[in-house]
Amino acid sequence: MTAAGLLRSRPSIVWAALFLASLLSFWLGTDHGFSGEDGRRLGTSIVLGVAFLKVRWIGLDFMELRHAPLPLRLTFELWCAGVACAVIALYLAG
Amino acid sequence: MREPTFTGYRRPVDVGRTEPARGHVPGESGLWALVLGDMVAFGALFGVFLLARQDDPAAFAISRDELNQTIGAVNLLVLLVSSLLVVFGVRCMRADARQAAARYFGGAVAAGVLFLVIKSLEYAQKIDAGLDPGTNDFFMYYYATTGLHAAHVALGIAGLLIVRAVAKRPEPKPGDQRLVEIGATFWHMVDFLWVLIFPLVYLAS
Repeated sequence: MTAAGLLRSRPSIVWAALFLASLLSFWLGTDHGFSGEDGRRLGTSIVLGVAFLKVRWIGLDFMELRHAPLPLRLTFELWCAGVACAVIALYLAG
Repeated sequence: MREPTFTGYRRPVDVGRTEPARGHVPGESGLWALVLGDMVAFGALFGVFLLARQDDPAAFAISRDELNQTIGAVNLLVLLVSSLLVVFGVRCMRADARQAAARYFGGAVAAGVLFLVIKSLEYAQKIDAGLDPGTNDFFMYYYATTGLHAAHVALGIAGLLIVRAVAKRPEPKPGDQRLVEIGATFWHMVDFLWVLIFPLVYLAS
């Protein structure tokens, strides 16, 4: 009963999405997704962007920031957005 | 089997729906200073790593190919499973299902230990192949980033062992939920840092 309730909960659904996103990222990131130099750079940029989206989900649904005071949630989300932009820009510049 | 009850409510509740009240700070404010500080530090480390890559992209690409991406991906899934177990443990604690919570936290500890075992095997493989922190900039950053993260994993495991002991103690105390949330929040940070380190170091270099 307890386990069934937990498996139906929102974090379990989010976990399944994170799992699928991880598989997709691994496939894209190991040179299966796109061909050519530009394709690989696009694929890796997508993988990095998805990683930061996964972090946001972990923050909101596992760390329970969805229910937290707005300043705390916003700080976390701004870090995700800011570091994601910086990392992808630095990757593409390399 | 008796349904677990949620403290403060008269009717039994679904343990999957034991969410915190709106405006609740997970754990406590001091913990978040530590978590946000760590996030800034790792963010800076990611930036420095990518700047170093700009100086020698060919060496970084060749070095990346020396890493075992499957090992990194398996560790990603190990931490992801552990995070879900911790979420379940926190919700069970809220529903006063403390024995179930202790089991979930125990499972998360086992997953954390598995992560470190896999990481140790990976380090041993690299060092046997002559790839150490002095090999080049890539491997210096590889060991620094993953080593710093592994230290966080070890600290997180210690925190989860405390959380498990809190869940198992026969006489509940008022601050138990706060302690559990502190350990859980730190562990989720450990998880999401690997979610970023894996693509950055193993896939993007």
